[in-house]
Amino acid sequence: MQDYQSQKPIVLDILDAHRTMPGNLLPILHGIQDTLGYIPPAAVEDIAKALYLSKAEVHGVISFYHYFRTTPPGKHTIRICRAESCQAMNSKALENHAKQTLGVDFHETTSDEHFSLEPVYCLGNCACSPSITIDDEVHGRVTPEKFDQLLAACKGAK
Amino acid sequence: MTRLFISRDSTALSLGAEQVAQTIQAQTKDKHIEVVRNGSRGLYWLEPLIEVETSQGRIAYGPVQPEDVASLLENGLLEGKQHPLCLGNIEELPYFKNQNRLTFARVGLTDPVNLDDYIAHDGYQGLKNALTMQPTDIVKHVTDSGLRGRGGAAFPTGIKWNTVLNAPAEQKYIVCNADEGDSGTFSDRMIMEGDPFVLIEGMTIAGLAVGATQGYIYLRIEYPHAKVALNQAIAAAYQNGYLGENIQGSGKTFHLEVRMGAGAYICGEETSLLESLEGKRGLVRFKPPLPAIVGLFGKPTVVNNVISLASVPVILDKGGEYYRDYGMGRSRGTLPLQLAGNIKHPGLFEVAFGMTLRELLYDYGGGSASGRPIRAVQVGGPLGAYLHEGQFDTPLDYEAFAAISAVLGHGGIVVHDDTVNMADMARYAMEFCVEESCGKCTPCRIGSTRGVEVIDRIVSDVQKDKNTVLLRDLCDTMVFGSLCAMGGMTPYPVLSALNHFPEDFGLQKAAKV
Repeated sequence: MQDYQSQKPIVLDILDAHRTMPGNLLPILHGIQDTLGYIPPAAVEDIAKALYLSKAEVHGVISFYHYFRTTPPGKHTIRICRAESCQAMNSKALENHAKQTLGVDFHETTSDEHFSLEPVYCLGNCACSPSITIDDEVHGRVTPEKFDQLLAACKGAK
Repeated sequence: MTRLFISRDSTALSLGAEQVAQTIQAQTKDKHIEVVRNGSRGLYWLEPLIEVETSQGRIAYGPVQPEDVASLLENGLLEGKQHPLCLGNIEELPYFKNQNRLTFARVGLTDPVNLDDYIAHDGYQGLKNALTMQPTDIVKHVTDSGLRGRGGAAFPTGIKWNTVLNAPAEQKYIVCNADEGDSGTFSDRMIMEGDPFVLIEGMTIAGLAVGATQGYIYLRIEYPHAKVALNQAIAAAYQNGYLGENIQGSGKTFHLEVRMGAGAYICGEETSLLESLEGKRGLVRFKPPLPAIVGLFGKPTVVNNVISLASVPVILDKGGEYYRDYGMGRSRGTLPLQLAGNIKHPGLFEVAFGMTLRELLYDYGGGSASGRPIRAVQVGGPLGAYLHEGQFDTPLDYEAFAAISAVLGHGGIVVHDDTVNMADMARYAMEFCVEESCGKCTPCRIGSTRGVEVIDRIVSDVQKDKNTVLLRDLCDTMVFGSLCAMGGMTPYPVLSALNHFPEDFGLQKAAKV
């Protein structure tokens, strides 16, 4: 994990840019995660101080939302939809295949730090279930074979 | 110059539309063509779809893969000539032609982020009328239209607006609930990606109607393409005097901003959404006070779903009566229905209320994708009841669904074939509630965990009868004791699975209630 001191100026910049925005905590957290890939636990104190909140309040918000993470993600984040429409198109088989192929469970990162695996509850791509995203790209009708191809393409592109 | 249309809609992209567009562009460098990235028509089994503008209308080809492009071009794609993938004039396909596209009139037709294109296709006509009207008259049009909240609760939009209009305050807000988290729904996403200006126009009109000068679109993080399209459209609207101070020289002000959610399903509940917008945990608030009186930052706030707000421009353009003339009973206008899951023709079909579920599943949907019999259909998202074959003749109407202890909700329909295990689906409904409960009230927070355990015991034959009674009792507590629909409606899928498909729980069919 990176040293927070090197990240601190980025966090302070983001805090400064959102100073006058009403309801700014989520935009700040998004800003930090978009830039650093996660929200360093050490940043909580700076965020709390800037927003006149307690550290518990800030931590509470970070932990409430599934999307925010407090550990660095792998190079690519794969999200597999677990919702009903995808289940109707055999997403459970895809989910098992992905876990087996990557050798990790949900909320984990592969040992080579290439892939983080996360569950997601609906990508709005229900017309072409089962669906996954790799980073910001949505993929539909994903069979285990297609999953392997997408994975290979990711590895090839790095 | 020949104009081609290839969608920028997420689902089209998820099937390779971007690669198709790039291949076309690479292979037509020497030709005088323009590739417009439109929204999707919603006929998703035909995506990626290419449309070419000809004197005979827009001729469509699909589904197209990058490797088909060379043969399409050789056979005269640019002139709309024959090819095995040619579907003819897209607007003559019965799936499209038989719809009543009011809210989705432009989706798939225009360039979503081109303001001139929007205006050329009747865009901003509603706002033009609204700018000449008194707030009470705008609200009256919406009330007369019979429009009810399309997010699922079906509360009359006009009444909500009227409450905010009559709440005195220095500052009021319009909040668009774009946290479309229900599985099987994607109509909000399609509007935001395919015609974002219609949502912006609807929110601006709402602002004029109730006296609000600031709007927020609370968008789920799972919709990155919608975020891009909305922000492009908002920037264009600001540049051209459709947002900001002195809108079109009227002296009226309306500001609009997109705010991103962070993966919490509960934030689709309006009060939880407001907490989230304020930068807090998405804990559900007690009601009353209603958000219309004490909403965002404690101010009177209209919270409406994307489709509700996107239906406002056509109502203000053509009048409340025009919209009200569609539909049945107390369900007026149209509903964009979304067919998903195990279905041959998945997609979005905007039709007037009143069609039966069977017509939708078989005439539009073409039956299951697997070719096996359709066994169960969940309507209205993860909190909606499962329906069995015997209920497929129910008309798509809020009251008709309520009469069979089901909900129409946001119009999302997920189809399961006969390989589905309904005890698994009931367990999943409880598990989802465990995962997504905000934790404020006990029936939802604890009830859902106990629900998973009780279903496990029933399925594994531990005191089956006693535990079935216990599950029903638990559901009763959740329905009547929960603070919001999360805990209050999780029993819908659970009990409907138990009542209609007891055999999947290892119970006698006779146990059917």
